[in-house]
Amino acid sequence: MRSSIPLAQAPAVPALALDTVWFQVAGTLCNLRCRHCFIACGPTNRAHDYMDRESVRGHLREAESLGVRDVYFTGGEPFLHRDLVGILDDALRIAPTSVLTNATLLTPALVRELAALRDASRYSLEMRVSLDGITPEQNDPIRGPGTFDDTLRGAQHLSDGGFLPIITVTQTWDDADDRRLREGFHALLRARGIERPRVKILPLFKIGREASRTRGYAPEELLTPAHMDGYDPWLLQCSTSRMVTSRGVYVCPILINVPSARMAETLGASLRPFPLAHGACHTCWATGATCRN
Amino acid sequence: MTRIATLQGDELEGGIALLGGPYSNHRALRAGLEDARRRGAARIFCLGDLGGFGPNPGAIYPLLAARDVTTIAGNYDRSLAERLHDCGCGYTHPDDNHYARLSYAYTDRHTTDEQRAWLGTLPDGVRFERGGRRYLLCHGSPRRTNEFLWESACSDAFLLRLARDAEADTIVCTHTGLHWQRLLPGGVRVINVGSIGRPANDGRPNVWYAWLAPGSEEAAFIPVDYDHEAMAAEMEAERLPAPFVETIRGGWWTTCLEILPARERARGRF
Repeated sequence: MRSSIPLAQAPAVPALALDTVWFQVAGTLCNLRCRHCFIACGPTNRAHDYMDRESVRGHLREAESLGVRDVYFTGGEPFLHRDLVGILDDALRIAPTSVLTNATLLTPALVRELAALRDASRYSLEMRVSLDGITPEQNDPIRGPGTFDDTLRGAQHLSDGGFLPIITVTQTWDDADDRRLREGFHALLRARGIERPRVKILPLFKIGREASRTRGYAPEELLTPAHMDGYDPWLLQCSTSRMVTSRGVYVCPILINVPSARMAETLGASLRPFPLAHGACHTCWATGATCRN
Repeated sequence: MTRIATLQGDELEGGIALLGGPYSNHRALRAGLEDARRRGAARIFCLGDLGGFGPNPGAIYPLLAARDVTTIAGNYDRSLAERLHDCGCGYTHPDDNHYARLSYAYTDRHTTDEQRAWLGTLPDGVRFERGGRRYLLCHGSPRRTNEFLWESACSDAFLLRLARDAEADTIVCTHTGLHWQRLLPGGVRVINVGSIGRPANDGRPNVWYAWLAPGSEEAAFIPVDYDHEAMAAEMEAERLPAPFVETIRGGWWTTCLEILPARERARGRF
């Protein structure tokens, strides 16, 4: 089944500004192997590798010169990276910073280090914690045995450290259950002592490991120029953000395994239009989804 | 942004009052305008979002007219003028959108054709020079009416870029409801004037506006007390959502919280 169309036939989104820069700081390396992972991360996937601190610093300097508003770190699992705290220190000197984690590697001592960084910066340090169900029975088949408890323990450490973690959930259920499940997450988090639960729900991207868990994109789930008639390109994150990995600058966090989504070596050179030729582009278009907080 | 009004006049060198979103809180707006008059304001600006949240939105218009307030269109005002189905606040979370829809529907129902036509005449921004500095007044940001400029979520680099692109030395905005200002390297200043219609999520029922004293380019944030109990009673009489009334009485935000960055959220109670 096709998951992309010829680039020349796809509508292009302009690069309006560089507001947000993502770093695939831990590459595609993760201590988990979630069954819906759109970039198929795992303990041995080195498709994208760790980024060293000096390399991140170089990109941060360029981002700052381009007027970046905020910075995000993801993986893989960012806390597998031994220099992550130092890298976050570098980032928080320049811009508001978010980290996307599964929280399973967080300890009270590590959270104290993060809290010290947070308190030393005038910018927000956001912690996003991925969880995919309100029970182990719902979460663990997707994210792995024991991950429900391990992740909630990490989220509690964050809460104890004065963070208000944003629990980030991939929508693996029907829209009809949306409100009930969001309320379920709130109740779960409150029961675990997280008094002010914040929950963000992301759509499923039917690529990577998810394509084999359920299905890939259908031919009709591709964008044509007509889809962009009257559509505000601002609503697509690819108009205002870029993703940096060990292999270069990509258009967005979702498409780092798509060779044509690699834009350039540098952020400055990556700010050019991008053809929305992929099934995942249809998901962003249809849901208004953004990977930002 | 497309429609920018450029102003000139000696009075712009005098004291200037900068009021953020009234959100239909006519009692707070009246108190803020009275405070500005007592300070001898030579010019008063309102940065938009006249409706939403509070009761009886029609009460805002005569107050602005009586004090000759120069008003910029917020996203609310634009939506009402264009009869859109949504306030266009720019929320991304369903919980935020739930309450945003309730207040927009109420305001929309209580807005006349004449008021919509007047809202349609408002500019998206105002420019003037004062003390040798170029000011740009806008609702959200110089580039987007509904962009949130939160203090902890805007890097220096980003604000400098906005100012450079807008050809401004001072950017004045609202939209977030929380007041702050930052003097950036090189002398650019960003002032978020907060809101005259909703407390600043600090457990105090008063509201705030920004004051530029004659000869000063640094804003002073002015707390304004008003009869918030009468406002709460009026909201209850209009059957507005109880969480809105709770905010007016207690000064803590209870709704539309998910958009807040971590630091601003942590300062509040909910």
